[in-house]
Amino acid sequence: MAELTLEDTYEALAESLDEVTEAQTPVYLAKVCLALAQELGDHGKTLEIIRACREYLDG
Amino acid sequence: MRPRGRGEYDSLYFDYPHFEPPTGARRGTLTDHVQAAIVGAGPVGLTAALTLAKYGVACVLLEKNATFNDGSRAICVARQSFHILESLNAVQPFVDKALGWTMGRSFYRGHKILEFEMPDSANEKYRPMYNLEQQYIEQFLWQAADASPLIDIRWQSELTGVEDVDGGVEICISDVAGGYTLTADWVLAADGARSSVRTMRGLRLAGDNYEGRYVIADVQMDHDYPTIRRALFDPDCRRGGTVLVHRQPDNIWRIDYQLEDGEDPEKAVREDVVRESVRKVLRDIEHKGDWELEWWSTYTANTLALEDYRDGRIFFIGDSAHIVPIFGVRGLNNGIADGQNIGWKLAWVINGLAGEGLLDTYSPERRSATLDVFANASKSTRFMTPPTRGWQIMRDAALSLARSHPYAGALANPRQMTPHTYADGPMTLADEAGFDAGPVPGAVAVNVAMNDGFLSDRFGEGFTVLRFGEGGDLGDHVAPVTVVTLDSNSLTGEIYGAADGATYLIRPDMHIAARWKSADARTVAAAIKNILFLKETS
Repeated sequence: MAELTLEDTYEALAESLDEVTEAQTPVYLAKVCLALAQELGDHGKTLEIIRACREYLDG
Repeated sequence: MRPRGRGEYDSLYFDYPHFEPPTGARRGTLTDHVQAAIVGAGPVGLTAALTLAKYGVACVLLEKNATFNDGSRAICVARQSFHILESLNAVQPFVDKALGWTMGRSFYRGHKILEFEMPDSANEKYRPMYNLEQQYIEQFLWQAADASPLIDIRWQSELTGVEDVDGGVEICISDVAGGYTLTADWVLAADGARSSVRTMRGLRLAGDNYEGRYVIADVQMDHDYPTIRRALFDPDCRRGGTVLVHRQPDNIWRIDYQLEDGEDPEKAVREDVVRESVRKVLRDIEHKGDWELEWWSTYTANTLALEDYRDGRIFFIGDSAHIVPIFGVRGLNNGIADGQNIGWKLAWVINGLAGEGLLDTYSPERRSATLDVFANASKSTRFMTPPTRGWQIMRDAALSLARSHPYAGALANPRQMTPHTYADGPMTLADEAGFDAGPVPGAVAVNVAMNDGFLSDRFGEGFTVLRFGEGGDLGDHVAPVTVVTLDSNSLTGEIYGAADGATYLIRPDMHIAARWKSADARTVAAAIKNILFLKETS
């Protein structure tokens, strides 16, 4: 099996987001973030990412 | 509030005494000048009075009510408060009556997501926390105060005026027999969140009010569950809300729940509404037997404090100086620590053992303790009552994640506080390099179990010096000092990171003032002199 890539995460999240309700979406995404941050184990990096992702939300 | 048909003090478990204002011959001395007057005979005012009395200083203690608090209110008494009570010779009834606890459990929609243990060990004399209704706290302190010839408690005596005069404060008091004035060198305002003294001085608390409103309701019931604090997040009985359940003595259980957004606070405290809310909580915690409603009240979560706890010759202690959210259980405990802090400092100044500069250390020390509570309590308040959409989403995400990943449950930890560590200052000397263990200056002394009890049993009423490896005379010291000689090659030596020669200087309130890898009598005596703001005389 080929190694998983960012694209697999992208697709899995898209599919999951379609499966949860709109009301559940924010909590679901927040939950994923917390779990990923815990796995990453580098909370300085996490905070950088949180800041960086605020950019270009309008496109 | 109490159920229909029962009076304000008609409790299921507590017999309220009724105290008369001063009568007869006592009225002849009402206007006598006093060194210290304390306004408010709650737990904080009583602690301050007992601390002054411990050092031989007399005071007048004014209380506008005729008895103790109408309800259980502040029920969690922390370990350090027990040490303070012990230092006031008042701890025994607390030990006999209170319920010690070490553990908390948090649930999310009925599933346990966190079980936390507060720090405890065989080296600790007292448990990290005890539950006891506030009326008992006041009663036990009052018993000690009533037995002291130095404490003149005046019930049903209301403060009506306070005025600075040369070298003191003139206070006006009103009771059933009329009004009178007396002058005091110093005044301690322990008159609570709605402090009259604070209002009369034109001072205001500054800080934040949080959105959430809560009801606390006590019920009496035979309910089989250990003394473990339970937090129910988003339970069936209160979707979207948070419920806390605490066990208290006399089969009393505290149910604490948050009102829903838009829930009418006036309706929420109606007896039928409280009963229905409690009934639903009891169903969630699977209580099947009878229960009786005892008392209820409401509260909001605030982080408010005075900029300065001192105003001339008046010191604000407890809720008059700061209001903290109750989740951190620091309202009562910090108030007790305030009472002890100003109590010993004021007594030492009055007794000529310290310079007046010592009194200026009260506000910075105790205010920093409050700010520390604010930081922690704000975190737990935001978790208990998410104030905005963002906090709500993250809180729900953490709780949901905790169902499958226990690490996320730690975010629900209420951070029950440990005693505050004072920062370096006039009373806390900078730490000396080279210690790899032991309490730092400013922290509370660490306790250790010993053959014949605990290390803390050997602390004196004034300063205590722990000398490791070498004892010896400290020579001409300036204040009462108790020297405890300890073997560095012992458990205590290990816990204190002490080699031969190590010396710890402990304040009368059990906080470490300084420590040295090695110190002679001259060094220790000089440190004590500095801490007590005594001028060098030689």
